[in-house]
Amino acid sequence: MSLTNNLSTSMISSSSSAFLAPTSFNASRTQSVSVPLKSLNIVKCVATPQEQQIAYKTKVSRNANIAKLQAGYLFPEVARRRAAHLLKYPNAQVISLGIGDTTEPIPDVITSAMAKRSHALSTLEGYSGYGAEQGEKAVRAALASTFYGNLGIEEDDIFVSDGAKCDISRLQVVFGSDVTMAVQDPSYPAYVDSSVIMGQTGQFQKDVEKYANIEYMRCTPENGFFPDLSTVARTDIIFFCSPNNPTGAAATREQLTRLVQFAKDNGSIIVYDSAYALYMSDNNPRSIFEIPGAKEVAIETASFSKYAGFTGVRLGWTVVPKQLLFSDGFPVAKDFNRIVCTCFNGASNISQAGGLACLSPEGLEAMKEVIGFYKENTKIIVETFNSLGFKVYGGQNAPYVWVHFPGRNSWDVFSEILEKTHIVTTPGSGFGPGGEGFIRVSAFGHRENVLEACRRFQQLYN
Amino acid sequence: MSYSQFLSHVCMPHAVFLQLKTSSKSNAGSRLGHCSKVPRNVNLEKLRSGYLFPEISRHEFEHLQKNPNASLIRLGIGDTTHPIPDTITQAMAEHVRGLSTIQGYRGYGAEQGNMALRKAIAGKFYQDMGIKADEIFVSDGAQCDISRLQLLLGPNVTVAVQDPSFPAYIDSSVVVGQAGELEEETGKYRNITYMNCGPENNFFPDLSTIPRTNVIFFCSPNNPTGHAASWQQLKQLVEFAKANGSIIVYDSAYAAYIRDGSPRSIFEIPGAKEVAIEISSFSKFAGFTGVRLGWTVVPEELKYSNGFPVIKDFNRIVCTCFNGASNIAQAGGLACLSTHGYQALHNVIDYYMENAKILVDGFESLDLNVYGGKNAPYIWVHFPGSNSWNVFREILEKTNIVTVPGRGFGPAGEEYIRISAFGQREHILEASRRLKVYL
Repeated sequence: MSLTNNLSTSMISSSSSAFLAPTSFNASRTQSVSVPLKSLNIVKCVATPQEQQIAYKTKVSRNANIAKLQAGYLFPEVARRRAAHLLKYPNAQVISLGIGDTTEPIPDVITSAMAKRSHALSTLEGYSGYGAEQGEKAVRAALASTFYGNLGIEEDDIFVSDGAKCDISRLQVVFGSDVTMAVQDPSYPAYVDSSVIMGQTGQFQKDVEKYANIEYMRCTPENGFFPDLSTVARTDIIFFCSPNNPTGAAATREQLTRLVQFAKDNGSIIVYDSAYALYMSDNNPRSIFEIPGAKEVAIETASFSKYAGFTGVRLGWTVVPKQLLFSDGFPVAKDFNRIVCTCFNGASNISQAGGLACLSPEGLEAMKEVIGFYKENTKIIVETFNSLGFKVYGGQNAPYVWVHFPGRNSWDVFSEILEKTHIVTTPGSGFGPGGEGFIRVSAFGHRENVLEACRRFQQLYN
Repeated sequence: MSYSQFLSHVCMPHAVFLQLKTSSKSNAGSRLGHCSKVPRNVNLEKLRSGYLFPEISRHEFEHLQKNPNASLIRLGIGDTTHPIPDTITQAMAEHVRGLSTIQGYRGYGAEQGNMALRKAIAGKFYQDMGIKADEIFVSDGAQCDISRLQLLLGPNVTVAVQDPSFPAYIDSSVVVGQAGELEEETGKYRNITYMNCGPENNFFPDLSTIPRTNVIFFCSPNNPTGHAASWQQLKQLVEFAKANGSIIVYDSAYAAYIRDGSPRSIFEIPGAKEVAIEISSFSKFAGFTGVRLGWTVVPEELKYSNGFPVIKDFNRIVCTCFNGASNIAQAGGLACLSTHGYQALHNVIDYYMENAKILVDGFESLDLNVYGGKNAPYIWVHFPGSNSWNVFREILEKTNIVTVPGRGFGPAGEEYIRISAFGQREHILEASRRLKVYL
């Protein structure tokens, strides 16, 4: 009897960095090869020490699409660096102006509605189980009348969700792997990352820092952060965010009219991310549906996260107009509804009770105050960088300040700022190659922290 | 709510002809509609009808329209009905009130869930099984997790499901592009392996007849049959998966309903950590069907064929496609797992299982073959030779009771009806009375 070992043909690496390198995923079945150990004449049963045993692997191939992703999602990466920094400087007063995380308490009018709903779940009359996957009727109606009153968007065009990030992925599931997409460059990373996961893209091209098959629409100070559409190739889907994360740019009516026309001419679908609409100071459109014809070419996503401090509570919505059709005439809303019913089970009923309170007159007023508070933070940050001689963008219509560091690598600037001032920002290249040379400073924070941060920036850059 | 009925014609540039049911607010009278040039996702075309449970709702709605005075009893969709114990809602309300204070305010949480909750889940359900808190991902429920797992696995894996089974496994498989074409004659998707589970095989598939697939969905206690797999059966399953290099996705959403000592977690079986993912939920355990909270366990030992840990990719999906369960729901979850909360929830489960017993006894007294109802809040009743949608309709017409036709759970569900045991006691008793009279 010969002692045989099963040898697998694929390499096992235990260091996580090795997993970032491309490996071949061809074989779905690992070859089990029996190899007699030639050197043994006698067979001895030896207990193999734990470390020498080859760890069991399934025969399931890793999803090649996920393997295309270059690193972790941007914001956990930033968080990781923050954590490492705190280990190095345990007494540092770290100020987070990185991840756009709200900091101010939620107004009472909203939380009291949620507390009430929580208590009601303990009563026979007030208990509710599964809700409609599309959201509670009252919430949908309130969203329609509050945000889309004169725009012809109806209650049943609105799908309540647990937030825009989740909706973006559900929309990608609706579209599937055989569509092409365009994104602004720079842009919120979830559009690109979800596209990669869905299999819409090719490999990451290191030289240009772009995924093959995605159309990147460069948005820079030179073009007023609106892409030159004459140079943009046709794609099926166009992701567009305004007011923009990370640049803070808000598209004008004229620009959005051109975008809608472009989509119409190309038979494309715009996914319009309006998560920061209420931060608009200028007189720009807050909804894509303010543009005539948009209902035939656009989907709009939005969120309570940055309006009501619901980043942890989780509530958002997506509008899919009835008039939006696939090339065969099939309504996109029907497929979105099917996805919502199959891949989702509704937003939390307590969060929805909060959402309804947000949309009451008192709630709207309260949200306006919170937004105003963050806008004041933004103003302070903008003034600081301006006074230091930086070219500063955004800040007027969004809680993000986009600061130019010409010729510099943004992760280096990020690290330098973190090291020297204990302030966490977000490196522009995390949002795409068009973000290189920029730093995004978010304006969420307690006033004293924002003021302190600005003092530190003054010290560093004076 | 009704969707406009579109006469769907292929959109041709020269002759766009769509009738739009327009409201008074929108562009009334518009006959010429714009079609995008975006092709519809072929995978979604493969889904033949709406998702099962909204379809049940639709039948219910239509029945009520025809019979507005009907006193409807809902034993269809497995929707919990019992109020959530005070101790849990108080914890949620307290957390909510805290959100209005500087100290208590919380913004984005970790996408994987609050560590305190992850630890509590590990401690409560996976004690002695070597499952660690950071192998647990808190979510907004199993239905969402199933789809996230499908995104993780991608279109190129083959799957096996029990037949009958919870429809989300098949539907999500179709959506992601794993399933192939639907074969009209059999009602099965070409690339899905259906593992027949019926009384004849004690609701456990004969694994010697099952071809290898990459993924095996397995639910125990089972929705819809109510069967709780034995330790022996699960050992067989784990060995089968190991021999085939497959991954089991084990749905333990009803584990809290087990009364007979059957395994509550796949990880009770040695070797399972190398072959299984487990999903679970607070929905049926805590009445959180509307609150939305669940979790998925991905052991670190679970590896793809190239050695890459599945948990790393799942984490990436969770961080990219999700933003964490509501912190309010999580506060509730923590209270559910406190000694007091857990005990209170088991009282509710006992209440539902008493309902189940009443229904089982009722059907048995009619000499019908009845399964389930012992380790799960579902009763699986056999009507030999019948078309289950017809039985469903008849029961609805004649007794005003909503059930679920077995066929909705797969071809092997034909001839069966699923009755769920959620409901107020008086409704259950009334339902039992009506069924005895009618049947």
